[in-house]
Amino acid sequence: MKTLPKEIRFETLSYLPPLSDTQLIKQVDYILQSGFFPCIEFSESADPKIHYWTMWKLPLFNATSSQEVLSEVRACKSEYPNNYIRVVGFDNVKQCQVLSFIVHKPTTSRF
Amino acid sequence: MSYAQTQTRSKSGYQAGVKDYRLTYYMPDYTPKDTDLLACFRVTPQPGVPPEEAGAAVAAESSTGTWTTVWTDLLTDMDRYKGRCYDIEAVPGEDNQYFVYIAYPLDLFEEGSVTNMLTSIVGNVFGFKALRALRLEDLRVPVAYLKTFQGPPHGIQLERDKLNKYGRPLLGCTIKPKLGLSAKNYGRAVYECLRGGLDFTKDDENINSQPFMRWRDRFLFVQEAIEKAQAETGEIKGHYLNVTAPTVEDMMKRAEFAKEIKTPIIMHDYLTGGFTANTTLARWCRDNGVLLHIHRAMHAVIDRQKNHGIHFRVLTKCLRMSGGDHLHSGTVVGKLEGEKGITMGFVDLMREDHVEQDRSRGIFFTQDWASLPGVMPVASGGIHVWHMPALVEIFGDDSCLQFGGGTLGHPWGNAPGATANRVALEACIQARNEGRNLFREGGDVIREACRWSPELAAACELWKEIKFEFEAMDTL
Repeated sequence: MKTLPKEIRFETLSYLPPLSDTQLIKQVDYILQSGFFPCIEFSESADPKIHYWTMWKLPLFNATSSQEVLSEVRACKSEYPNNYIRVVGFDNVKQCQVLSFIVHKPTTSRF
Repeated sequence: MSYAQTQTRSKSGYQAGVKDYRLTYYMPDYTPKDTDLLACFRVTPQPGVPPEEAGAAVAAESSTGTWTTVWTDLLTDMDRYKGRCYDIEAVPGEDNQYFVYIAYPLDLFEEGSVTNMLTSIVGNVFGFKALRALRLEDLRVPVAYLKTFQGPPHGIQLERDKLNKYGRPLLGCTIKPKLGLSAKNYGRAVYECLRGGLDFTKDDENINSQPFMRWRDRFLFVQEAIEKAQAETGEIKGHYLNVTAPTVEDMMKRAEFAKEIKTPIIMHDYLTGGFTANTTLARWCRDNGVLLHIHRAMHAVIDRQKNHGIHFRVLTKCLRMSGGDHLHSGTVVGKLEGEKGITMGFVDLMREDHVEQDRSRGIFFTQDWASLPGVMPVASGGIHVWHMPALVEIFGDDSCLQFGGGTLGHPWGNAPGATANRVALEACIQARNEGRNLFREGGDVIREACRWSPELAAACELWKEIKFEFEAMDTL
């Protein structure tokens, strides 16, 4: 028997081991194939009551490959290494955000 | 024998007596109007009663008719108000059962009142002697009538935005034992579940305000549990605080208190509590920004018999009109009833804006919801980690999966039990997004996650890969 340790989480996919580059690319592929627009957001706080994180540039309306999204994530991370970074997906038919997952935590960087 | 479209108004003055219903209410040439409310009944007439007479009797008794002629009939324009039986088809494979279609004029119903609509359509007619049994299979609610309803207080998307939860089903758990815990012990069980990774916990429907745990004490201890779990996990948490009460005044008092302590979601039992109370509560919830979870105790009394009662798809439509953000739907794979096609038919009726007629799934009418917000289906009952792949595949993201025993029954307790479910869910979401087929590879996905999640491994050991394969009662 084990006691569950206390740990801060970051919603969808944050109960899995950190995504490898290959895994991240597959998740971004899913966003693109579903016809959603990916967008990168960053924030110094991960308080769940704060709805808005700051957008990195604009949503990637013209992205055709997950590699483009990955390079933007890297660029965002090098400029804001002490921030949390997540990738979200917008659905303009449902007119709302439909996806979100964490890709960078300041304490456990993998890039 | 032909039944031409008859003019109801009599030129020959008042003639007392009993007249065959079909002379007035059976109108096979009638073309339903876009504003008509349409109903499909499964009618089992008493032996010797022809289907036209039975169908017309249903139309009559659920609209303007009485068993005998009355002189005041002549003071109104019956053609404007009467229900019309416009089609009859024999039920395939049944001896003496008919699908009877009835069109009701819009003016028969009060605006925004599910109570009034049901009192008319499923009122006295269900005890009618000429019928052996009667079941309301489906309703087509016209857009003109729908627009008089508020519907769900928030809807699926707003709930996600409020809770910051995207791209996956939500996870819940009903706290057990369902009766007999003290308020403080109850709150502890809530805290442990939520800190382990569930989004919600739930009051059992039996819990209102009994001697062992009064509502106000429960609300306060549970809210403390929510806030502590939220602070520790960095994720938004909630517990469906049941405000179902003996009077509407008590219900509203509990709801007001829930809002005062800033709890995000409350709960109501819409069938035992009643549609009037439910609609009042749903309107209050929208005005006050509190999410509303709806339980459906008593539904099986109404919807389980194939030849008598009301099908759950109708009760689903009624709830979406009356208002609620979550509604229990059955699991397809768990311990409770539900054939997959039929269940997913009414799940569509909860979530989608437009549902096409599809008789193979029990959808008798195309239903346009006219932008009424969607209701999140809740799959609850007898499910555990091994069911997760099938649940994700069947229900998709916009659903709430509730593992009661499947969380609390974990050998290490609630928090690891919750983590096991959350890990299983996220492993399935990741795999699905990567293009893997969860029906085929679901077991592998779970087993792979067991390698790095001891909580999940312990759960998988306890509950073996079980399959529930009883034949469902709810077939076409």
